[in-house]
Amino acid sequence: MTDDDTIIRVRGLVNRFGEQLVHDGLDLDVRRGEILGVVGGSGTGKSVLMRSIIGLRVPDEGQIQVLGVDARSEDEDIRLVIERNIGVLFQDGALFSSLTVGENVQVPLKEHHPDVPDSLRYELSLLKVKLAGLPADAIEKLPSQLSGGMRKRAGLARALALDPPLLFLDEPTAGLDPIGAAAFDELILTLQRALGLTVFLVTHDLDTLYAICDRVAVLADKHVVINAPIEEVERCDHPWVREYFHGPRARAARPASMAALATGEQ
Amino acid sequence: MRDDERLPESRPPVLAADDTDATRLRLRGDWTLAHALAMGERLRQVPEGVTAVDAGDIGRLDSAGVLQLLRFARRHCIELDVFHFRDDHQPLVDAIEDVADDRPKKKREYGVSAALARLGFAVQDNWHEILALVGFLGENLLKFGRMLAQPRRFRLTSTVYHMEQVGLDAVPLVFLLSYLVGAVIAFLGANILRDFGAEIYVVELVNVAFLREFAVLLTAIILAGRTASAFTAQIGAMQAREEIDAIRTLGLDPIDLLVMPRIIALLVMLPLLTFIAMIAGILGGATVGAFNLDIPPQAWMARMDATIEVRHFLVGLSKAPIFALIIGLIGCLEGLQVEGTAQSVGERTTSSVVQSISLVIILDAIMALWFMNMDI
Repeated sequence: MTDDDTIIRVRGLVNRFGEQLVHDGLDLDVRRGEILGVVGGSGTGKSVLMRSIIGLRVPDEGQIQVLGVDARSEDEDIRLVIERNIGVLFQDGALFSSLTVGENVQVPLKEHHPDVPDSLRYELSLLKVKLAGLPADAIEKLPSQLSGGMRKRAGLARALALDPPLLFLDEPTAGLDPIGAAAFDELILTLQRALGLTVFLVTHDLDTLYAICDRVAVLADKHVVINAPIEEVERCDHPWVREYFHGPRARAARPASMAALATGEQ
Repeated sequence: MRDDERLPESRPPVLAADDTDATRLRLRGDWTLAHALAMGERLRQVPEGVTAVDAGDIGRLDSAGVLQLLRFARRHCIELDVFHFRDDHQPLVDAIEDVADDRPKKKREYGVSAALARLGFAVQDNWHEILALVGFLGENLLKFGRMLAQPRRFRLTSTVYHMEQVGLDAVPLVFLLSYLVGAVIAFLGANILRDFGAEIYVVELVNVAFLREFAVLLTAIILAGRTASAFTAQIGAMQAREEIDAIRTLGLDPIDLLVMPRIIALLVMLPLLTFIAMIAGILGGATVGAFNLDIPPQAWMARMDATIEVRHFLVGLSKAPIFALIIGLIGCLEGLQVEGTAQSVGERTTSSVVQSISLVIILDAIMALWFMNMDI
């Protein structure tokens, strides 16, 4: 169906809300094992694109293939393949507020693998919580007892519960302080390497783009205007891209992230 | 790149001793979450004395598989060095090994001391609730006084909106339920009074019961279920989304803005609804009288005119504002005490209905005693 390297393939995607056209024949490929950063101005439909791929929104036209199956299919078996193989981190974690962090992580395990014994399920949830960089005692806490950064980590732990090969992150560093954001970037990179993940990352954060993304897709004018490694994207002469990568904030981000990369490699 | 996750068929985990060296295990197949039970069983059957594990032929491996292998290693007291993994599995194993040691202590207590502690906390909570309610009453009285001095603080639109929600929209329900209860009382009373040949006293029974007690009590209970819960849920959802904090930082007063209009709306509408309930209850009784007891409506009216004093009506109506205040205060206070979570909104809503209904009935009983002893 698809060549082996493409894990998400979007062709001719059209999304409109009433009169307003958000995507007009959008194409996008995500390769297996890469971290793809999706950027674009407010209202260019980054989140709509992500929701279309995950299946939370039915697009008006176009084809979407995820893991080689048709993401628009309503066949239950096909939906199940997708649900078991993707993890999603929503902006504020979207944890279930009445369950503890540990119970949150166990929800997908219980749903998809009811035969797993309780003790193993508990250990798996503990493992995921610690992989996400939370202390072990966080497992007993309620989401309301956690800080914003910890909630994101807990949301990440839940997204990783089923060991999905494909991870969607919606603005993972939004609302974190710069140190917390850098630590979260580092965490994503570590997990991506250890677990062999493919990551689809919607972001505004230039530091994140420079620090961890293999390729960057820019959404503008209802299309993906460029999808390439960041050095190439920087040279793109689309006006929005130029403004974004050569504005005052970009100049500040570049040297800082180069330094971060250097320390990361040591 | 990991093995192809897309393949739908997956091979169960296989574990066998090496042909040449019996203490050497060879693992094949998929060691993933889908095979959690099989993995556990295979590993439990392994005899003691394993010296090496060759996991290089494992197809797919996920964190559940690694976790099971780590547990196995811990049980058999063997080091992880004797495991041989495929190169692309090694980072996963390393990452999990790094975090897999410490675990939190389970700190849930059971037994007598815990039960006693829970009882103590429950008593303390109740005491705090009472204090909070009295404090809230005082705060509202102060704010009401301030509103009288500064009429611009009064929110007319909001108050009228709540009057419609609380009062007008509840009219059909209050009317129907009171009508039915009136009919039932007339039936019950007639059955007993018939034995004494005193069926005509049904008129007094229904009229006094509804004017003094049932109309106001029924209305208050209906509004406690319908309105107190709505107040708690509305204000609670705002509290959970930090809207109340936003109101404060904008220099507005949540009591003026949210609580006052609701309580004033209740204070106006509950007496009016009580009046409707009185009429509906008496109509219900009169209907039964006309069709089942041979008391035509004219006779019912004449009897009522002759025997019922206006003080019964006034006693009933005098309780309405008190019940209105209780329902409004509890509904709004519980809403303001919501803490962040969806579950908290639910708990507070339940609590506000239970509290307001209980308090309404308790106060009604106390007032009935008082009025009776005062011969009113």
